[in-house]
Amino acid sequence: MMIGLAHFVILSAILAAAGIAVMLTRRNALGILIGVELLLNAGGINFVAFNRLAHVGTAPDGAPLMDGVVFTFFIIVLAAAEAAVALAIFLNYYNTFRSIDVDRASELKG
Amino acid sequence: MLLLHVQTVGSSEGWVTLVLFYLFAALSGVSAWALVLSPNIIRMAVYLMLTLAGVAGIYFLLGAELLAAVQLIVYVGGVLILIIFGVMLTSRNPYLNVAPRGGEMALGLVLATVLAVLLAVAVLAAGLPEAAAAAPDDDRYAVRWIGALLLSRHLIAFEVAAVILLIVMIGAGYLVRRRIKANQAGATEGRS
Repeated sequence: MMIGLAHFVILSAILAAAGIAVMLTRRNALGILIGVELLLNAGGINFVAFNRLAHVGTAPDGAPLMDGVVFTFFIIVLAAAEAAVALAIFLNYYNTFRSIDVDRASELKG
Repeated sequence: MLLLHVQTVGSSEGWVTLVLFYLFAALSGVSAWALVLSPNIIRMAVYLMLTLAGVAGIYFLLGAELLAAVQLIVYVGGVLILIIFGVMLTSRNPYLNVAPRGGEMALGLVLATVLAVLLAVAVLAAGLPEAAAAAPDDDRYAVRWIGALLLSRHLIAFEVAAVILLIVMIGAGYLVRRRIKANQAGATEGRS
């Protein structure tokens, strides 16, 4: 049995569903952030798998086609940036409400 | 070299790759769903680490070695530490229980399972190609091509990402610095 593209895409679907389940069920803001990270990883697997198994060849200038890998780099960079900003916002939020329960964030001006 | 050929068949290489794929896939998939069911936020972070490590293994199997290394360094070494810091800074109790209420948990699990099954059925029905038509050469994922691409075709995105990182660094520092100032002001007022 060969490992095809479908294997990777289904693994990615499992991770994405887990991420959405975490985002739906948690009330702690950090829990939701963890769910977002899972979703981003699912997207990364898809990018690399499609690039590797369905987007084979070379560009006109001789470089191999690997845009999916480069996109996944940007996903990782933006995920790190997002986590840093989210942590700063959560700290401010905790300072105001003494909790990071998202149910209590019902107004923008605390 | 062994890990570069995911779709090699018949030889022992293909067999090893198959076992490794299922190992990494089980590691990330099982950890991801253990994360969903875990009531403790620190355990959630640990399961997230296992999931991210499994995804890094998948990247290795796909021949993107640099990406796997970056995933381990930036995610497991950076983002996860940030999350743990967030937990420590925002909860008075390290064993903070974040278990969702029963009804919400059931609803979320049902929705997520339906989504996963629908996606899997759609993927299987789409008839994706089993493997690449042309065998990729070993040079394809060499680091030099990634560097060349980042500085040629994806130059604008690269520069924008650099600016975003700078903005994030300044912005996050600014947000946290104001918090500390406000805290000190509050403490002085409380004392007087």
